[in-house]
Amino acid sequence: MTDTVMTRRRQFISPRMLPYVLSLPALIVCIGILIPFVTAIYYSLQRYRMSQPWNREMNWGENYVRFLTDADFWNTLKVSLVYAGSTVVLELLLGLAIALLLKKRSRVNNFISIMLLLPLMTAPALAALMFKLMTNPNFGILSYFMQVVGFDDFRWGSSPDTALFTVILVDIWVYTPFMMILLLAGLRSLPTQPFEAAALDGVPQLEQFWRITLPMLMPYILTAALFRLLDSIQQFDIIYAMTQGGPGDTLMVFQVEAYLNFFQSTNVGRSAALLLILWAITYVLSNIFVKNWLRLRERAKGGA
Amino acid sequence: MDHTSFLERWFRRVALSIIVIFFMFPIFWIVLMSLQTNETILRSPPSMSFVPTFDNYLAILAGRLDSNVASMGINFVNNLMNSIILSVCSVAVALCLGVPAAYAFARHKFKGSEDIAFTLLSFRFAPPLLVLLPLTLYFQEIGLADTYLGLVWVYQLICLPLILWIVRGYFEDISPDIEYAYRIAGHSWFSTFRKIALPLAGPGIAAAGLLAFIFAWNNFIFALVLASADKQPVTVGALAFVTASGIQYGQIAAAIVLSIAPTLALALWAQKYLVEGLSLGAVKG
Repeated sequence: MTDTVMTRRRQFISPRMLPYVLSLPALIVCIGILIPFVTAIYYSLQRYRMSQPWNREMNWGENYVRFLTDADFWNTLKVSLVYAGSTVVLELLLGLAIALLLKKRSRVNNFISIMLLLPLMTAPALAALMFKLMTNPNFGILSYFMQVVGFDDFRWGSSPDTALFTVILVDIWVYTPFMMILLLAGLRSLPTQPFEAAALDGVPQLEQFWRITLPMLMPYILTAALFRLLDSIQQFDIIYAMTQGGPGDTLMVFQVEAYLNFFQSTNVGRSAALLLILWAITYVLSNIFVKNWLRLRERAKGGA
Repeated sequence: MDHTSFLERWFRRVALSIIVIFFMFPIFWIVLMSLQTNETILRSPPSMSFVPTFDNYLAILAGRLDSNVASMGINFVNNLMNSIILSVCSVAVALCLGVPAAYAFARHKFKGSEDIAFTLLSFRFAPPLLVLLPLTLYFQEIGLADTYLGLVWVYQLICLPLILWIVRGYFEDISPDIEYAYRIAGHSWFSTFRKIALPLAGPGIAAAGLLAFIFAWNNFIFALVLASADKQPVTVGALAFVTASGIQYGQIAAAIVLSIAPTLALALWAQKYLVEGLSLGAVKG
């Protein structure tokens, strides 16, 4: 490239403008997405049913105020929190246990951790369909196992008593490997000296775990748990593919409820208000997560 | 660690076997189901002895389902094509937009760069329906409803933040000194970016691209809300297929196997990259 071309290029895009020019296209694409966000806020402040367009008007926050006395809303909040809480806790415990078992680098352990990637790479909606086939009352293998164990009338996703258990099981199947990967990476990056010292002093394994492993692993545990919590409280795919929120309103988590409000009862105002409450929850969580995550990244870099 | 007791070794083995069975069994069983006729699937108790048949796959690929009750046309191949088109295009667009932006955020700390990067990341965490529902109404007005272009644009919500943040991390880890040296030797900014920065961040870009592809492929909610039958990817198509074909369980299983096979194959082929990308940049030194 000759000098003249270079100077011309420099005049065309000044070095100071360069970063803006580089990031602009990505920004423009995303700003297009911000417009619907603002629209959603606007809808949430309206009485707006698509089936009754003549009735549409601003009702300033009435949608939100009505939630306070709306049993369906409290049910949605409760189900979402129970779902998110139990999936995160169970996946964390299971993921940590698996990571501890696979900690030592060996051919078998590496092979198993690669195998465990597969559920995570399965689309959650398709995983739900797989479990739906396996829990079919006529031929499902899991229904058969339940019969063998003595539960003759275990109806999985189609009974209100066990529907939550069924979707949580699918969630655990899909997402535990994520926890495992992150915690295994954390475990393997821990410095070895404290463990060697503890082994020399004859500290028992269990105490090593509580006193050394767990505190040192805490940043990883927090990051993984927050990340999953953010995803899990918004779960839609698994629940919608499995039961569409049913039976009854047993599994009406935020996004399923909002989806059905919008498309079935065409209550746009209520749907938008629901989603904005969910957004507020995730906004707070994501801020905490990002802070944690950046600290973890700094550590990973500094420790090298 | 050599003094692990006999008991502990056995405990490990048993625990690991249970874990492998729990996580592998559903995939294994669905593959078995897809190789059976409805008669053998419906046997009670379930049994693993049967003569494998590829009829279910052939029926799906040929687009015709013949049961003893009726014959119906299905278009699952079309769903597969849609998944490929949507995922490939979304990742390509996201790479073109995201990699330069990631470079800008990593190398040039400009005014507001952190805020912009955070805003982009926050899209990843916002409830997708919040944006999708108003978007359905807008798309109908501007004629983007039910087009690949509209869908690829919305898919940027998943792909772009992912690529931006993973690739940015890689650019930050490369020392800028090499680039300065190359610049001082008289090369333009663009050729420095192309010849030095891009190849060095290559593994990161590959990891981010692969992850973005898998997430795009596995996405369900975007297409459920925005696409009609002829634009739907496999995730939505499989659900519609279950409702439509009712009791053709073998074919349903075959459709599921065909839908998850591409991502599983990719995962096995590129597991190293994936693990790095998935652990959120927490493993790199």
